[in-house]
Amino acid sequence: MSANGRRPRTLFEKVWDKHVVRAPSNGAPTVLYIDLHLVHEVTSPQAFTTLRERGLKVRRPERTLATMDHSTPTTPRNELGIIPVPDAMAAAQLDVMRRNCEDFGIPLYELGNDKQGIVHVIGPEQGLTQPGMTIVCGDSHTSTHGAFGALAFGIGTSEVGHVLATQTLLQDRPGSMAVRVEGRLQPGVTAKDIILAVIAEIGIGGGTGHVIEYTGEAIRSLGMEGRMTVCNMSIEGGARAGMVAPDDTTIDYISGRPCAPQGEEWDQAVANWRQLPGDEGATWDREVVLDAAELTPMITYGTNPGMGMRITERVPDPDSLGDPAAKLALDKALTYMGLQPGQSLLGKAVDVVFVGSCTNSRISDLREAARIVRGRKVADSVRMMVVPGSQPVKRQAEAEGLDEVFRAAGAEWREAGCSMCIAMNGDQLQPGQYAVSTSNRNFEGRQGKGGRSFLASPLTAAASAIHGAITDVRTLQTELA
Amino acid sequence: MEPVIPFTGQIVAMPINDIDTDQIIPARFLKTTDSAGLGKNLFADWRYEADGTPKADFVLNQPQHAKATVLVAGDNFGCGSSREHAPWALKGSGFRAVVSTSFADIFRNNALQNGLLPLQVDEETQQQLISLAQEDASTTLRVDLEQQTLTLPDGREVTFPIDGFARHCLLNGIDQLGYLQSLEDEILAWEESHPARVNTLATA
Repeated sequence: MSANGRRPRTLFEKVWDKHVVRAPSNGAPTVLYIDLHLVHEVTSPQAFTTLRERGLKVRRPERTLATMDHSTPTTPRNELGIIPVPDAMAAAQLDVMRRNCEDFGIPLYELGNDKQGIVHVIGPEQGLTQPGMTIVCGDSHTSTHGAFGALAFGIGTSEVGHVLATQTLLQDRPGSMAVRVEGRLQPGVTAKDIILAVIAEIGIGGGTGHVIEYTGEAIRSLGMEGRMTVCNMSIEGGARAGMVAPDDTTIDYISGRPCAPQGEEWDQAVANWRQLPGDEGATWDREVVLDAAELTPMITYGTNPGMGMRITERVPDPDSLGDPAAKLALDKALTYMGLQPGQSLLGKAVDVVFVGSCTNSRISDLREAARIVRGRKVADSVRMMVVPGSQPVKRQAEAEGLDEVFRAAGAEWREAGCSMCIAMNGDQLQPGQYAVSTSNRNFEGRQGKGGRSFLASPLTAAASAIHGAITDVRTLQTELA
Repeated sequence: MEPVIPFTGQIVAMPINDIDTDQIIPARFLKTTDSAGLGKNLFADWRYEADGTPKADFVLNQPQHAKATVLVAGDNFGCGSSREHAPWALKGSGFRAVVSTSFADIFRNNALQNGLLPLQVDEETQQQLISLAQEDASTTLRVDLEQQTLTLPDGREVTFPIDGFARHCLLNGIDQLGYLQSLEDEILAWEESHPARVNTLATA
């Protein structure tokens, strides 16, 4: 028991407990209040249909924000400043989003709006994502917002309807898990490498039914954007959500953002946020420990994000695996990827390098990629696409001249959106092409039917673009620390 | 929603671990604004050649499996994207249940919202069902949600876990939204004691 007589609670428990509208009763799970609901065009139309069919309103439009990101083109604006949408189905879906937001009074950052961007970039950017909140979206990477000490998770379209109509969800309380990353990262090793190493360690189902709290010196040392990268991919380890306890880094990041509290409200909010970190003596159901000093740049070799290794390692041999199902899975993955057991990926030629997605499209990601590309040329054999996560990220990058760095190197500088991470918008790999991608999923066909993806950090992606082949960024003559 | 009643269905095996929702329904089919009509694109990239002709060696294209209503899959079914299009596509293709040793959290929730039963079994039962389906395509499984039992062809009964409230909703053909709407007073009381810190209307 702690000093005030309460059982010590973790960050997750504090946020969960505060949002319980009704504890489990009559066989029904917890009814949880949702502070912020983010909406995008792909997973919401059918939910609005349900509302219309039942004559329901959106209960709290002021807790709801919509953006267009998944099916939006990232091609340049025309002479009228408009981004054309040539795909008729995508255009129709965007029209439906626009009409739904108008009819139900929901604010919308539509294509062309100066705040538009990827749903998990805009929330933090506008200061809407704050510690201690519950945040949901019809998108599995909603876990991103947990970097602020919010409880944030992805939901399906039926549940989007539940939140639109009632601002609540029925939820079974998940288990808790700590991932402690001790020590300091070496130069050239980033937040993306941490999370790829975590997923390789626990496996893609390893966090199922759990909320992960990331702790330890290496996590504390990350900026907010690095923490977002880590929390973003919690779902790739199967976890319901990922969280980092708020600290000075969190508070400094939120301060002054458009939707951040002001004046006395700010002081009150900060005082509340300071209470959120777990109590002394609070425990998790499971704990995993990694040593940051041991980590190196990571790369995936297979067809799920758990199939990752140090960039200097060799592709594992299915015959070395005892479990027949695991052997079969690795066999299938290597066949799809066109890779051999024992092969090194260093020097493996690639066709495309994609820097972007809700994992790695923020300004710090673009700065890292630009640092490698500056003064160099993208290999002739490579198409490099740089897709900022939002319009504000794009403007910031342009103010810093990063767009010119990328263009001068021969990379494409695009409009904001999910782009080739989900390949719904025309930005996609061709069958058989290899890509180094800063996104979050290397599933078969994820970045285009028949396309083959290697997931890596922005540093590794940029270094690979320069050499036209998978490259250990630590071998480039660039200051990395 | 139709109440879920006991049924006996043909099983078909896809003994692959970690089948993700991008495989169940690739993202390019998500530009629809409807939940109907997705069945034809179920497992599209595994099921069709580039020109759209069905791949003869893909299990769901084999005529002896055409009537299957229960999919027996490898571990960790439905990982990845939160798309509810995955259960919509499975339902649209005639499936009423999926058997696995484990399901990804979001897929499980989405399946339950749509009357598609995620039947979690132990590894032995999973392997037995895979073998049976591969030996004889006409093998059937009886699924009784009320009793939470599966009856295998040899008469063996195994139980499966399911969230009690989801079960109640499925057996009675009601959905969860109605229950949440009935809690209006409690939701309002929570809101009154927890003033909102953000206002999205101020940002647009």
